[in-house]
Amino acid sequence: MTANEIKIKSGTSVKDILGKIVRNQLFIPLVALLLLILFNLVTDPGFFKIALEPNSDGNMVLSGNLITMIDYASELVILAIGMTLVTSASGGQDISVGATIAIAGSTVLRIVKTQSPDISGAKFAGIIIVSFLLCVVVSALFGAFNGALVAFFKIQPMVATLILFTAGRSIAAWINNNDNISITDKRFSYFGNFIPGISVPTPVFITILCLVIIAIVLKVTNLRLYSQSVGINASSSRLNGINPKVIKLLTFVILGICVAVCGFIKVSRTSSITYSVIANNIEMDAILAVALGGNNLGGGKFNLSASVLGAYVIQFLTTTLYKFKEIDSSSISAYKAVVVILLIIISSPFVRRWIDDMKNKREAAKKDLAMAAASADEALNNIESETGKESV
Amino acid sequence: MKKFVKLLVSSALVAAMACGICACGGGTTPATQAPAPTDAPATEAPATEAPKTDALIKVGIINNDPNESGYRTANDRDMKATFTAENGYEASFFYSLKNEEQIAAAQKFIQDEVDYLLISAAGTSGWDGVLEQAQKAGIKVILFDRTIDADESLYEASIVSDMAKEGQQAVDWLASQGLSEYKIVHIQGVMGSSAQIGRSGALDEKVKAESNWSIVKQQTAEWSEETAQQIVQAVIDSGEKFNVIYAENDNMAKGAAAALDKANISHGVGKDVIIIGFDCNTWALEELLAGNWNYDGQCNPFQASYIDDIIKNGVKTKVVIMEEKGFDAKTITADDVKNYGI
Amino acid sequence: MKDGAVLEMRGICKFFPGVRALENVDFTLRQGEIHALMGENGAGKSTLIKVLTGVYPKDGGEVWLSDTPVHIKSPQDAQNKGIATVYQEITLCPNLTVAENMYIGRTKSPFTNWAKINRQADKLLDELGIPVSATEQLGNCSIAIQQMVAIARAVDMDCKVLILDEPTSSLDEQEVQKLFNLMRDLKAKGVGIIFVTHFLEQVYEVCDRITVLRDGKLVGEYIIEDLPRVQLVSKMLGKDFDDMAEIKSGSESENIDLNGTPVYQAINLTGTTGIKPFDFEIHKGEVNGFTGLLGSGRSESVRAIFGADRVTGGTVKIDGIPVKIRKPLDAMKHGISYLPEDRKLDGIVGDLSVRDNIILALQVMKGFFKPFSKAQAEAFADEYIKLLNIKTASQDTPIKSLSGGNQQKVILARWLLANPQYLILDEPTRGIDVGTKVEIQKLVLKLAAEGKSVTFISSEIDEMVRTCSRLIVMRDGKVVGELKGDDLNQNKIMATIAGGESK
Repeated sequence: MTANEIKIKSGTSVKDILGKIVRNQLFIPLVALLLLILFNLVTDPGFFKIALEPNSDGNMVLSGNLITMIDYASELVILAIGMTLVTSASGGQDISVGATIAIAGSTVLRIVKTQSPDISGAKFAGIIIVSFLLCVVVSALFGAFNGALVAFFKIQPMVATLILFTAGRSIAAWINNNDNISITDKRFSYFGNFIPGISVPTPVFITILCLVIIAIVLKVTNLRLYSQSVGINASSSRLNGINPKVIKLLTFVILGICVAVCGFIKVSRTSSITYSVIANNIEMDAILAVALGGNNLGGGKFNLSASVLGAYVIQFLTTTLYKFKEIDSSSISAYKAVVVILLIIISSPFVRRWIDDMKNKREAAKKDLAMAAASADEALNNIESETGKESV
Repeated sequence: MKKFVKLLVSSALVAAMACGICACGGGTTPATQAPAPTDAPATEAPATEAPKTDALIKVGIINNDPNESGYRTANDRDMKATFTAENGYEASFFYSLKNEEQIAAAQKFIQDEVDYLLISAAGTSGWDGVLEQAQKAGIKVILFDRTIDADESLYEASIVSDMAKEGQQAVDWLASQGLSEYKIVHIQGVMGSSAQIGRSGALDEKVKAESNWSIVKQQTAEWSEETAQQIVQAVIDSGEKFNVIYAENDNMAKGAAAALDKANISHGVGKDVIIIGFDCNTWALEELLAGNWNYDGQCNPFQASYIDDIIKNGVKTKVVIMEEKGFDAKTITADDVKNYGI
Repeated sequence: MKDGAVLEMRGICKFFPGVRALENVDFTLRQGEIHALMGENGAGKSTLIKVLTGVYPKDGGEVWLSDTPVHIKSPQDAQNKGIATVYQEITLCPNLTVAENMYIGRTKSPFTNWAKINRQADKLLDELGIPVSATEQLGNCSIAIQQMVAIARAVDMDCKVLILDEPTSSLDEQEVQKLFNLMRDLKAKGVGIIFVTHFLEQVYEVCDRITVLRDGKLVGEYIIEDLPRVQLVSKMLGKDFDDMAEIKSGSESENIDLNGTPVYQAINLTGTTGIKPFDFEIHKGEVNGFTGLLGSGRSESVRAIFGADRVTGGTVKIDGIPVKIRKPLDAMKHGISYLPEDRKLDGIVGDLSVRDNIILALQVMKGFFKPFSKAQAEAFADEYIKLLNIKTASQDTPIKSLSGGNQQKVILARWLLANPQYLILDEPTRGIDVGTKVEIQKLVLKLAAEGKSVTFISSEIDEMVRTCSRLIVMRDGKVVGELKGDDLNQNKIMATIAGGESK
């Protein structure tokens, strides 16, 4: 750190801190979230009310707008994790996640439907674990299929995933012989609703678990560095010993695992599946979440927290629209589209840069000259005295 | 690592291909499981009537994709179970949700010189030309499930469901419950679909006409149970009271019921909220039988027997409107579940 | 307004986050002159050009074009006002034809007579002596030709001010001469040319006047005769020039044991990139180089050594032990580092921070499941930022916002951090300022003195002569000679490259 740099750091003012907050990637989704909450609060003063009441099983559970929104955002948040990674490494998006959720859900039901509702707890737990693991394997394989098309055959992600986008729901229907399944075992619905004795919806726990796992993965591996590096400059990454193909494939497999978890939650919510509409259009919401988080859809740098926040914003918006009696059924998508467009525009790199520019102009006019101009005197001296110092 | 990747890639490809192949063949396998409808006239065509050595009746069947809905699946299974070699038919099937693909398929069937062309059209227009061709070639056309905008002379008969009638039956049943006030959460199907229009229409009119009927929430869940669940959840959270859920299919009714369970709102026979669904899925009828739901309206998918009757015994009426049943939880029997569940 | 000035800039200021890129800079361009804009990396040359061409809005100052004050809003606007620019990086569309590239965005009517335009383009290309057909797809042409096409496009726009930003960095000697002839023609026609380059020889060959910038400030404007080379360099660096002659001592090479086991040895190494199988070896503490014209296969050879392209045959020995190098990671694990020729395409990871760019190679070698702690990464980055005197606002600054020379230093830092036994530097001095060039050459010799082996490639033969003790000369994908000792001089090298003399 040069002397100049320190000078500037110590001179940090409140305004600088404000500027930093505004430039932070989390700023815009956070503002959007607050605006939505504010809007809800104005239209419905009881918006924040959370109650602890028994549900039909006599289980004390939390209920209220916020709980509902956070609960239903679970699938989207989990998907946003995988979608962010895929976007980062491959510079494109997977549009088949809705269809592969159908496959994942169908796989789970295929196993669970064969069991009678009165098997013992231990046996039931075994069934659930088997069905979940199988669903993870199947989804990861389909993820790998997408990933292989992208990484090895160099097909654009959107085109590559178009295949499963088209075929996925048919495959899902085929897995269960096109039956309209309904699971009567109450225990199966625990994962999408409440576990007896616990007041918080299970999907919220599952989401937290997923977020913790991905945080750990990012901490103990170089996934972040590798996928960003591959997304920004694959050729350069290769010359640094990274195998870009493997990394791209890996991100698609991770997304596949996220899809498996989503599929499991989805079918557990209602203990049934409608192949043609389960998780309908969720791929668009997931991509929106990534974009709303201010991540570059062209790949490279990513901010997972921003994507997750983006996912919550999208779900808040959806639930908010459901709340309004005045909004006509046929125009709900239009309302959503308008709000989304606004959000995307304010989080676009263009607007961000514009905000930056405004800031910079003001700052630069006030501040003393800068650190980058470390004088040329040091330039030659340093090199002589210090070259050849070795590392590790 | 490298080996692992190769294994992953190859197994993914194999899995995908296997799925693709099976998905293609999959459509034909479930035919044997289709339940035989009992109330249709002259269902069983004895094998002696149409000996196998005789020329079979060639039928070309153009249908919508069976994956579209449970209704369509049941419909397709019914067709496959009826138009078999044992019954004296040689049937070819074509599925598409696209009108132009269906028309192209019809043309191909005409070239193949089928005896009958059975059509469940994806769209209502554009069929005149191909129907004329069929007429010139001496091929008889029978429309099922859906009608089209073409001159009546161009087809032999048309067997249709009357969605408005289904809605009307359900609304009439609801009115007969004699509640002092009807506060309804109305969950619609995909806006503009014939089922949505038919099932919404009767309810909308009734609400307009009666002062003690009101809509608490009207929203499309696009046939999706989870969306329906979210919508009902939003209504519950907003604190508005309601005592009827009118869901335009069984899956959405199921989603709605799940939301009620979460909030400890009782539903079913003699409970706080009346639940109405449509389509008569087996599991939905079981819910009725258990008293968890109150009413389920049928959308009869079993047209095959009607068509079989027309082909073998001649046309009686040009437009056959199928009988639609509605089941009340108080009167439904286990036999009903077995016979009418799809 | 000075006499005959076509362009005058007064008190130009431009700020970036935390940096004053330009502060009160004046610049005057007269009719029919070639005016060199000189300065180290980060001195503000590129920024000044970008302000002039409307890429950046200026934060202060005025611009006059032929006595009229103007406000340049966008690159399009600059073009319309008669300011044409040819950038260092090709900014044309590789998937369009040459003619389309020359005329795109300039035709006014919605209907375009391409046949006519192709004829016009062919005529112009012919006049300028550019050996390409108007209908050729630009992406299929060499970088040099693409550069020439960009100039042809600018020339045909009847510009009053032509800006050439590092146009010669990817051209060979012959092409440079062609370009100079072109510039002199344009000068005679009264066009004012701003010439930005790092090649001092070229400045003195073709320019009339020099403006020197340093640290975003104007140092002065000089007539070329008044400013000898050494003084120019000292003005650019802001100190007396540390003479290049100091670099070469010539003594290092004598310490090398050329009879011992080579650190790296290749026998019949064969790749898929069009080079003939070749033998190569390098010893501990040795600096050698590959030389040859552009496209002679010198880069392809070192890429084959590093496993950057597919290797199809040959034996490789590290310290005498046969090893397999099939991909870059293999090479890295055997202690080989490679600084690629194309910094932008193969070197930097643009959006990543300086820190991530520095630790990248070592991190990959350490493994996917063993990330460095943040503190460790920061310590590495700090060490090398200091060591190589990298000018960056912070470790977290994206590398792409650094100047070319500093980017190159970051890449160099990355490979030094990997602590290789054998370091391959492919054109490490291209497109960077004189000061950094000197630093890098000194660094190479220092590394060699510490016992590392270095392969150094440069288009500037004097740099190679100064640093290398042995030169492998290539022509048409084949090794055609090896020079050392007294043979290492400009004339001998030229002759071997040209192939006039058999040896």
